[in-house]
Amino acid sequence: MLHYFGSRLLRAIVSVVMVVTFVFIVLRLSGDPAIVIMGADAPPEAVDAFRTSWGLDQPIWVQYLTFFKAIFSGDLGQSMRDGRDVVSVVLERVPSTLALTVPAFLLNVGIGIPAGVYAALHRNSAIDRFVMVMAVTGFAMPSFILAMLLVLVFSVSLGWLPSAGQDSWRHAILPIATMGFGGAALLARFTRSAMLEVLGQSYIRTASAKGLSWSAVVWRHALQNAAIPTVTIIGFMLGGLVAGAVVVESVFSWPGVGRLLVVSVANRDLAVVQAIVLMIAITMVAANLVVDVLYGLLDPKMQLQTRQARG
Amino acid sequence: MADIQSTEARPGRSGLAQGQNLLAQLGQVPVLMVIAVIWLGFMLAVALLADVITPYPYTQIYLHNRLSTPVFMGGDWAHLLGTDELGRDVLSRLIASIRMSLLIAFGATIIGAVLGVTLGFVAAHFRGFIEQIVLALVDFSAAIPFLVLALAVLAFFGNSITLFICLLGLHAWERYARIARGLAISGNAQGYAAAVHQLGASPLRLYGRHILPNIASTLIVSMTLAFPEIILLESGLSFLGLGVQPPNTSLGNMVGFGREYLTGAPWIMLAPAFVITVTALSISLLGDWLRDKLDPTLT
Repeated sequence: MLHYFGSRLLRAIVSVVMVVTFVFIVLRLSGDPAIVIMGADAPPEAVDAFRTSWGLDQPIWVQYLTFFKAIFSGDLGQSMRDGRDVVSVVLERVPSTLALTVPAFLLNVGIGIPAGVYAALHRNSAIDRFVMVMAVTGFAMPSFILAMLLVLVFSVSLGWLPSAGQDSWRHAILPIATMGFGGAALLARFTRSAMLEVLGQSYIRTASAKGLSWSAVVWRHALQNAAIPTVTIIGFMLGGLVAGAVVVESVFSWPGVGRLLVVSVANRDLAVVQAIVLMIAITMVAANLVVDVLYGLLDPKMQLQTRQARG
Repeated sequence: MADIQSTEARPGRSGLAQGQNLLAQLGQVPVLMVIAVIWLGFMLAVALLADVITPYPYTQIYLHNRLSTPVFMGGDWAHLLGTDELGRDVLSRLIASIRMSLLIAFGATIIGAVLGVTLGFVAAHFRGFIEQIVLALVDFSAAIPFLVLALAVLAFFGNSITLFICLLGLHAWERYARIARGLAISGNAQGYAAAVHQLGASPLRLYGRHILPNIASTLIVSMTLAFPEIILLESGLSFLGLGVQPPNTSLGNMVGFGREYLTGAPWIMLAPAFVITVTALSISLLGDWLRDKLDPTLT
C-alpha cells in the first residue's frame, strides 16, 4: 500500500516537473521571453530589469533552475494589460469559477450516478432508454451549443433567466445547468456500464442464491464494486469540468478563470496564460493523486496485498 | 495504467476471422446505424462536392438582403437557410464549414494516430529508459485538459490552419500510444513476431507489415472514437474565436458569430449547431457499435 501511494506521489511530482518544463520550453521557443512577457512596446529599462531579475543573461540550465525557483515562490511576472502581479490577477478570479464548478460537480455526481445505477438495475426499461438517449446526446452536443439553446429557451423566449453577467444568483443558474448536464450524462453512461459489468459477475449470482434480498445484494455487493471504476472516471471528469468552465464562462460572460484565459489568449497576455496553465495543471495532478489514493482505499485487492505484506 | 496491463495480457486477434464476422453480421445492422451511416455519407458527399453544390460563394456579401429568414421560418426559396448579418447565404457558409471542419478532423485524427502508434511501437521495441520517457509523456498529456493546452500553444505561437490541424493532431495521441504499446508487447511475445525476426526482417518491416495489421481493428475503433472529439474540440476553439479565422469558416466559427444574433436571427447558429451535434452523434454511435462488434475489450 505504502509502495503504491509512494509511486503515485512520484508520478504526480514528475507530471508537475514536466508541465513546468513544457511551459519553459514553449516560452523559450516563442522568442525572447523578456519581450514576450513584457510586451513589444515595454520601455527598454524595464526589459533590462526583467532580464537581470530572471537571469536571462545566464546559461540555459541556470535559467531553467531560476524559472523553477520563481514559480515555486509564486513570482510569475506582471499582466501586460494593467501591470499587476499575475498570481493575484488569477487568484481573484478563482472564487467565481468555483461558484460554477462546485455546484456543477455536485449536479454531475448527484444526477449521473443514481441515473446510471437505476438504468443498469432496470435494463431495457423505458427509463433506461431515456437515460441512455440523454447520455449519448450529452456527449455529442458540445457545451457551447447546449448553453446557447438554454439561453434561447429560458432567456430569449421565456424571459425567465438572465443570459449574461454575474449580478445575482439567478445569473449562475444557466451556466451551472450547462456544465451539470454534460458531466451528468457522461457519468450516467459510465456508471451504467460499470454496474452492468458487476451485475453479470458470479459473486452476484452467489449472493442471490444464498438467499440475500435483492436490495442487500445491490447495496452490499454491486454498488461497492461498481464504485471502484466510477471513482477513476470522476478524476478524468475534473479535466472536463475545467475545459467546460473555459467555454461556459465565455458564453455567459462570467468573470472566472476560464474567461480570463480566453481573453488573455486573444490579447496574447502570456504571463497570465502561463500562470493559468500552471495552476490548472497542478490542480489536475493533485486531483488525480487524490483519486488514486481513494482508489487504493476502495479496492479490496490493495488492502489484501497490504495485509499479506504484513502477515 | 490499469488498461495497459489488461491490453498486455490480451491474446492476439485474427483480422481475417473478424472480417468474416463483420460480413455475417451486416445482415442484422440496427436501423439507427443505417441512419448514422447515411448521414455521414451525406456529410462526406457535401464536403467533397462543396464547390459544385454551393448555391452562392460563401463569402459573397449582399447587404440589401441581410438577416432574411429561412424557408422553415417563412422565408423565400432563394436562401434556403436564410442569410446572416452581412447578407451571406447561410447554406453556402454551412457547406464550406462542413468541408473545413471535416478536413481538420480527418487531418488531425490521422496525425494523432500516426504519432501515437509510432511512439507506442518505439516504446514497445526499445523498452527500458525510452519506454519510461514515452510513458511520462502519456502521463503529462493526461495532466492538462487538452483544450487548455491548445489555448496555451495558440497564445504563444499565433494561429494558422496548418498549425491548428497539427495541434489538434496531438489530441488523443496518448490513447493510441498506450494501445499500440500494449498490443505490440503482447504481439512480440507471440510466435509470429519472433519468427519474422528470426528470418531477418528489420524492425520497420516487423512493426509495419506484421504487427500493425494485427492491431488495425483496435486502432480503427479508437480513431472512430477520437474523431467526434476532434470535431467538438475544433468547433469549441473556433467558437471561442481562437480556432479557424475569418475569412475561412468552420461549424464552430458559424455558431460563434451567430451567437451575436441569437435573439433576432437564431437560424444563423441553429443550422451549424444541428450539423455538429448530429455528426458527432452519428460517428460516436457508429464507433460504439463497431467497438462492440470488433473489440469488446476496448473501453
